[in-house]
Amino acid sequence: MSKLLTISPSPHVHTSDSVNKIMYRVILALVPALAWSVFMFGFEAIRVTLLAVAACVAFEYLIQKYIMKSEPQITDGSAALTGILLAFNVPASLPTWMILVGALVAIGVGKLSFGGLGNNPFNPALVGRVFLLISFPVQMTSWPVTQHATVDALTTATPLALLKEGVKAGQPVSEVMQGLPANLDLLYGNMPGSLGEISALFLLLGFAYMLWKKVITWHIPVFILGTIFAFQGILWMFNPENFIEPVFHLLTGGAMLGAIYMATDMVTSPMTVKGQLIYGIGIGVITVLIRNFGAYPEGISFAILIMNGFTPLLNVYIKPKRFGGTK
Amino acid sequence: MLKTFKLGGVHPAENKLSADKAIEKLALPKSVFIPVAQHIGAPAQALVKKGDQVKVGQLVAKSGGFVSANIHSSVSGTVKKVDLAMDSSGYPKQGILIDVEGDEWETGIDTSSTLVKNFETDPKKIIDRINEAGVVGLGGATFPTHVKLVPPQGMKAEVLLINGVECEPYLTSDHRVMLEKADELLVGVRLLMCALEVDKAYIGIENNKPDAIKHLKELAAKESGIEIVPLKVKYPQGGEKQLIKAVTGREVPSGALPIAVGAVVSNVGTALAVYEAVQKNKPLVERVVTITGKSVKNPANFLVRVGTPIQYLIDAAGGLPEDTGKIISGGPMMGKAVASTDIPVTKGTSGILLMQDAEAKRQPMKNCIRCTRCVTVCPMGLEPYFLMTVSDKQIWEKAEASKIMDCIECGSCSYTCPADRPLLDYIRLGKGKVGNIIRSRKK
Ligand code: SF4
Ligand code: SF4
Repeated sequence: MSKLLTISPSPHVHTSDSVNKIMYRVILALVPALAWSVFMFGFEAIRVTLLAVAACVAFEYLIQKYIMKSEPQITDGSAALTGILLAFNVPASLPTWMILVGALVAIGVGKLSFGGLGNNPFNPALVGRVFLLISFPVQMTSWPVTQHATVDALTTATPLALLKEGVKAGQPVSEVMQGLPANLDLLYGNMPGSLGEISALFLLLGFAYMLWKKVITWHIPVFILGTIFAFQGILWMFNPENFIEPVFHLLTGGAMLGAIYMATDMVTSPMTVKGQLIYGIGIGVITVLIRNFGAYPEGISFAILIMNGFTPLLNVYIKPKRFGGTK
Repeated sequence: MLKTFKLGGVHPAENKLSADKAIEKLALPKSVFIPVAQHIGAPAQALVKKGDQVKVGQLVAKSGGFVSANIHSSVSGTVKKVDLAMDSSGYPKQGILIDVEGDEWETGIDTSSTLVKNFETDPKKIIDRINEAGVVGLGGATFPTHVKLVPPQGMKAEVLLINGVECEPYLTSDHRVMLEKADELLVGVRLLMCALEVDKAYIGIENNKPDAIKHLKELAAKESGIEIVPLKVKYPQGGEKQLIKAVTGREVPSGALPIAVGAVVSNVGTALAVYEAVQKNKPLVERVVTITGKSVKNPANFLVRVGTPIQYLIDAAGGLPEDTGKIISGGPMMGKAVASTDIPVTKGTSGILLMQDAEAKRQPMKNCIRCTRCVTVCPMGLEPYFLMTVSDKQIWEKAEASKIMDCIECGSCSYTCPADRPLLDYIRLGKGKVGNIIRSRKK
């Protein structure tokens, strides 16, 4: 026989699933929320997003090629995704140079310093975001008014920040709430905030798409949002004058963005459902604690980073249910 | 809700191209090569030498121990030599090369197609007959059937499971047997029940074979104690432990055999071979083999004599397609890639799959992105990504503690990994090492 046959061990077939497909599907899932941001913040949203994506991809390419001296892996889509998520987590008015710094920290420190995709313990976009928040607190918390707002100002405060200030000043929650948008507005995203966090509705739409395409499973987002709802609900039931009702917390401060798109980052979340349950509860509890008792009005970024840190431990100590294992 | 096993599983494209092709008798080849080791266990001992005349069904190699099986000539003719030649393992193996002359069967073998229903009910006699006829598991595992029928000391079979799942993509030989040889199959099931002294048998069939389910249900309705169980399509449902779980809900403990939960599993092809051995006095000298592939002109199911070079099947199916990149003995999930078309069909050959070049190539592996997919699909509840890492780093204690020996090598993990990581390659390596360590500890 003249033909050269391939000899390799089984299995001989493979799914059509690939790392690239996963990344591009997550990006696709974020498009509706991005479109909403463009509608709300105009050209600024496009500027920030394009810059963040271009910077992340460029830094990944340059660092891999010239510092790590390895084959650049930018086509896997993970750097572009980090760029979008970074953009989604900053105000649409963030100066260009800060975006570049954020991208450099996200890719260089958050991802490549650990060896690249798959080896980073913390979500790179969040590393970038938290670095920016700590270094440039003013710019990172000045929220541009949306194009459709009726107020005559350049910047404004997010609902969560308003709530925090009100409660700090000793106002009862019922009074503070007068000045907050209604839950329906929060749901579709008629509020100031980070570029991509504002529309819960469109973020949920992307979630549905990812579930349909089996990119991620429902577990982590449901565990996180369920915990926030339950924990905040308990606080609210005991003291409605000091704590706001829980749905408000689900719809604000990037809870959806964090739970659906950031905490589900595969590399940095646990491998078993049981591990994911602990991880999700952890993120939910820490988020509620920071938001109600901490210095920052929103807390899901910190919560995710903290639980990212526990992920390796959860993977070592929580094993999947074995077939034929003794209970 | 259809029954299925709980943990893990995947659903590769079914590609049952030859499902509606009736079984055809393949013409006799010019010569056959019959390996003496076609089963798990000790090789058989050759009884013939160069120049001997043999008939079809004549014993040519004697079982080499308790876990071993007799081998019979599948053709009549002259023994050309007893020597080494390549089989599907890729290594030269001892076997008997016979030049075919005519088709003369041993006396006493009933080659007619008349159904013989009345049977011997003495378990010992049935098992002896199965042993003599060299029957082994035809699903691919080729474990000698008579050994399975004698449970170890202190254990008792309670239920017989017949595997008609055929969960491997492409393969259709069991499907055709269930459609065309259903009466014989059911007598075979009865014989197995009798041998095991159980009064309950289940035939598990995946729901992508509704015609087989319907046909067997009608026939089984007339029998007592045989139940057809339609199953949801999910790979690897044909794995013994998965099938037992799917049908009976019982879970074979880690490291134990199915008999630990009172179950014995046999394949439909095996049940047919049992029928022929006991009722027709016919040793296992031929079997149904699927020849298939996306570029194959006429995918088919052939009744093939053991020892026939697979080239004969390929020719009969329209020749080797131009774009063939890989030839697989068995299915695409667990089958073996072979190096040439000269290798013989053996008792365990369920199919020959000709894969296209493009499909045959593996993609380069990327970093693990911890997507959890391999963990989710593992039917044994293992962590393939972790087992690969510890096998690669040779941390054998951790591999053992993480149950590497439970791996059934189903390939679901490698199939699923979006980063194209060859998980099972590494796990196999690790299993080999850990197995050796465990054995040396017992000594
Ligand atoms: S090959 Fe082994 S480790 Fe991989 S899925 Fe199958 S049983 Fe699990
Ligand atoms: S399927 Fe592949 S990429 Fe996903 S966790 Fe397993 S080894 Fe890693």
